[in-house]
Amino acid sequence: MFGEYSLSELASIFAMQGFSGLILFSVFVLMALGLAIIYGQMGVINMAHGEFMILGAYVTYLVSRAFGQLPHALFNVYFPVAMVAAFLVAGALGAFVEWALIRRLYKRPLDTLLATWGLSLILQQLYRTIFGAREVGVTMPEWMMGSLKLTDAIEVPVNGVLVMGIAVAISIAVGVMMYRSSWGRQVRAVVQNRTMAGAVGIDTGRTDRLTFAVGCGIAGVAGSAFTMIGSTGPSSGQLYIVDTFLVVVFGGAASLLGTIASAFTISQAQSILEFFLSGSMAKVLTLLSVVVILMLRPQGLFALKLRK
Amino acid sequence: MTDETFRPSRRAMMFGGAALGAALFMPKNLRAQDFPTAKINTTGLNVTDKEATVGILHSVTGTMAISEIGSVQAEKLAIEQINAQGGVLGRQIRFIQEDGASDWPTFAEKARKLLVNDKVPAVMGCWTSASRKAVLPVFEQNNGLLYYPTFYEGLEESPNVFYTGQEATQQIIAGLDWVTKTKGAKTFYLLGSDYIWPRTSNKIARKHIEDKLGLKVVGEEYYPLGHTQFNSVINKIKLRKPDVIYAVVVGGSNVSFYKQLIAAGIDPAKEKPIILTISVTEDEIRGIGGENVKGAYACMKYFQSIDNPANKDFVAAFRKMWGQDMVIGDVTQAAYLGPWLWKMAVEKAGSFDVDKVRAASPGLEMTNAPEGVIKIHKNHHLWSKTRVGKALENGQYEVVFETKDLIEPNPFPAGYQ
Repeated sequence: MFGEYSLSELASIFAMQGFSGLILFSVFVLMALGLAIIYGQMGVINMAHGEFMILGAYVTYLVSRAFGQLPHALFNVYFPVAMVAAFLVAGALGAFVEWALIRRLYKRPLDTLLATWGLSLILQQLYRTIFGAREVGVTMPEWMMGSLKLTDAIEVPVNGVLVMGIAVAISIAVGVMMYRSSWGRQVRAVVQNRTMAGAVGIDTGRTDRLTFAVGCGIAGVAGSAFTMIGSTGPSSGQLYIVDTFLVVVFGGAASLLGTIASAFTISQAQSILEFFLSGSMAKVLTLLSVVVILMLRPQGLFALKLRK
Repeated sequence: MTDETFRPSRRAMMFGGAALGAALFMPKNLRAQDFPTAKINTTGLNVTDKEATVGILHSVTGTMAISEIGSVQAEKLAIEQINAQGGVLGRQIRFIQEDGASDWPTFAEKARKLLVNDKVPAVMGCWTSASRKAVLPVFEQNNGLLYYPTFYEGLEESPNVFYTGQEATQQIIAGLDWVTKTKGAKTFYLLGSDYIWPRTSNKIARKHIEDKLGLKVVGEEYYPLGHTQFNSVINKIKLRKPDVIYAVVVGGSNVSFYKQLIAAGIDPAKEKPIILTISVTEDEIRGIGGENVKGAYACMKYFQSIDNPANKDFVAAFRKMWGQDMVIGDVTQAAYLGPWLWKMAVEKAGSFDVDKVRAASPGLEMTNAPEGVIKIHKNHHLWSKTRVGKALENGQYEVVFETKDLIEPNPFPAGYQ
């Protein structure tokens, strides 16, 4: 396959391929972090996760339209504003959904699956009614398109670098919040033993609401970031939901580190296989190996050690 | 009769205050009383002394709604224009609209409802091949009539369907010839979404490239529908350095594909390589963003920018009815042809009976369709021209090439199966 290429060509292609693997990794991490919090920490199977992401994308679209009216220099910096707005809007909707729907279902975790699936259908139709059935095009500032030419042969996509940066920043933020803040301690306490956490004075209801809101907010940020690489339409969220659950379940539901490790494993496997095989075949093999590994290790890659 | 009766421009001209001028072009109005219902409707169809009720069957909810809504709008426009001209055999067209909901069994169920309960003489409908395959047995069993608008993979010829879009060979071969002749392309990379239409199209493309043109296909790849990560294949493309990327990617994947192409430093406008697609109409560009596809070439039979009076009137009427920011893609125009072709066939046959309409159809010619002249072939497809358009930043195509003659539809190309 590589006979006709020179060594330097091959080196640069592999460098670029390694880089696309890393981009895929960042995409998976972004998709999965919000769900890892909601599913991993709270045990809520949130089928509407993709729709929360797309909400973030639509917020980005609206912000880009609003900044389009302003002077050009401002348009160049709209993206950070859009991401913050996406976090707040998706988080607010998350808090509302938790209050109206999810908190009634904590004792029936499987029912959250149906309830949130219904919610995802409602949200999709809502987007369709408000924004139209067609995808909307989110205009990017020029500096965010195109590629950085590192050498003659190695080009690195700018939006890929940005997605990676966002993924790293959010992972660190979530890590700090979960393991260094008092809120994180409360969340973990509630997860491990709700009754006991309540008994020592933690407001479990408030903790749950905040946790769900943060998870949805992160989904919104992810959606906002994905406007750089993907489509924004009423049903685009469905494109991500399977991969998202795959990453979270494979990683071991209650472990953030596991989520990141699993995102890395799956993205690298898929990216390498895609290069050597055809696209559909790569997907088949990736899914197959995940199935086999989960059969051998049902708790996922990393699991919390709990006394059962 | 056929030429005179087809005047989509009439309504627009009347609104333009040119009523007097338009009156000169008024078609000879066919009066309903000259065609007694008992004579023209011998099979119990939903046709009365005043009205004929047809069916519209598309998805207006679910994933396919994105694509199918344009077709619904075009069909309603055509029906309104026909009614403004006096209808079909003096009867106003009414329609019953059913929602296929992007679900193929639902399509079959609704088709049965339209044919058996509503007894419609014709249905304008379906978009994906999957939905057409689902309703096909229903139409054949109940002897219905379907006008199907989408360009598709061919390999089908039902007596109960008229295909107003292009079949694969019509769309593909002219484009490949053009890109080799004018751009000197020698090597091709075929890329598509993983289902029947892209695979069949690429099969035809490969056969033509290798056997007829004697050139080389350096790669062929398919990705699942809805795939959003194209970085790996883009790297592969960079490695193989093809002259042309032949892209048959559909739906939301398109957005990811073009955005990531640009991000990886492959700018379609630089034509290194040239991007040639058969799946991106003006509709899709709205989602992809004109700045991401400008410079790519598309090969199909209709572009909104085609410069002829009939098309200008059509675009104006469409926007008047559905909004000024509407764009019109290939399939939308093909959907617009359905009601007109049915009207022409009914009036030629002097009957609404499906068998007579079918028999009257082959040979019908429409000289002022928005896309230009078209003709119904005896295999129920249309003779049509194929054009190559270059995508502009504003989301429109600039027509850079059109075939001299109408291309004969050939749904069963020898050796391509």
